[in-house]
Amino acid sequence: MAMTATAGHAQADPHHIGLVIEHPGPAPKRIVTAYGFWIFLLSDIVMFSCFFAAYAVLSGQTAGGPKGSEIFDQRNVAIETVCLLLSSFTCGMASIAADVRNRFWFYLGMAVTCLLGLVFLVIEFREFADLVAQGYGPSRSAFLTAFFSLVGCHGLHVSAGVLWLLTMMAQVFAKGFRADVLRRMMCFALFWHALDIVWVGVFSVVYLLGSAA
Amino acid sequence: MSDQSHAQTDHDLAPGEEEQHSVGARIVGYVVGLALALLLTATSFFVAGTDLVWQPSIPVALIVLAIAQMGVHLVFFLHITTGPDNTNNVLALAFGLMVVFLVVGGTVWIMAHLNANMPPMDHIMRMQ
Repeated sequence: MAMTATAGHAQADPHHIGLVIEHPGPAPKRIVTAYGFWIFLLSDIVMFSCFFAAYAVLSGQTAGGPKGSEIFDQRNVAIETVCLLLSSFTCGMASIAADVRNRFWFYLGMAVTCLLGLVFLVIEFREFADLVAQGYGPSRSAFLTAFFSLVGCHGLHVSAGVLWLLTMMAQVFAKGFRADVLRRMMCFALFWHALDIVWVGVFSVVYLLGSAA
Repeated sequence: MSDQSHAQTDHDLAPGEEEQHSVGARIVGYVVGLALALLLTATSFFVAGTDLVWQPSIPVALIVLAIAQMGVHLVFFLHITTGPDNTNNVLALAFGLMVVFLVVGGTVWIMAHLNANMPPMDHIMRMQ
C-alpha cells in the first residue's frame, strides 16, 4: 500500500517503517532568506536593548548639565514619529505593489517612504546640531552620551535604510521584479518596519518619559 | 484565491509574509494598523503632557502604550501571527524578547541596587 502511495517518491518512507512521511525538502529560498533576515533583525533589536539599558541607567547622571525635560521639543518628536509611521505604511504599500508587479505604485510608495525618511533625518540632525551648538554635545554628561548614542544609532539605521531603499528602486528599474530583487525588497520592508518598532521605544522611553520625569 | 490559500498551508510563512493574497485585504490590513498605531501614538503624547491623570501612573501608562504599539506593528506590519505556519518566526521573536528583557531588566535592577548601596561620591573621597 505504501508502495502505491509513494510511487515516484522513493524517499517518502526511508526507514521502511510503514509510515509515509512527506518530506517536502528544504524550504523555498524566499522563506530561508526572510527567516535569516528576521534573525538578524532580532539580534539588532538585542543590540538596541543594550543602548536602552545604558540610557535607563544613565538618564539621571546629568553632571550639572541639562536634564531631558529641558532639551526635548515634543512638537519635533511628534512630527518625527508621524513621519516614520506614515513611511512604514507607504513601505507596506510599496511591498504590495512589488508583489503584484505594479511599477508605478512601487516607485510612488518607495519615493514617499524615502521622502518621509529624509524629513525624519533632517529634523533629527537639526536637533543634534542645535544641542551641540548650545554646548550640550555627547561629551557634556553621561546622560547626553547615552542619549546621542541611542538616538544616533537609530538615526544611522534610518540613513542606511534610505540608502537601501534607493538601491531597491534602482534594482527594480534596472532588473525588473526578478525573484532575487523581490527577496531583497522583502528584507528591506522587514528592516524598515523593525526600525519603526525601535523608534516607538525611543520616543516613549527617551522623549516622553524624559520630559514627564 | 481559495486554491492559493489552501496551498499556503503546505509550508511555513516567511516573516513579513501574509496568509491571504487579495490586494484589497492586504491594504485594509495596513490601514487598520496605521490607524491603531496613530491612535496609540496620540494617546502616548497626550498622556505625557496632561494633568488629567494621576501623575505617578504616567510612566507605567507610557510603557504599556509603547508595548501595545509594538504589538500592533508586529501584527499588522510585520505579520507575525499565532498561526501554525508562523511558529518559527514567533519562536525566534520570543527568544529575542527574552534576551531583551534580561538585558534591560537585569541592568536596571542591578544598577539601581548598586546606586542605592553606594555611599555618595564625596563620602568616598573623605574615607580615603
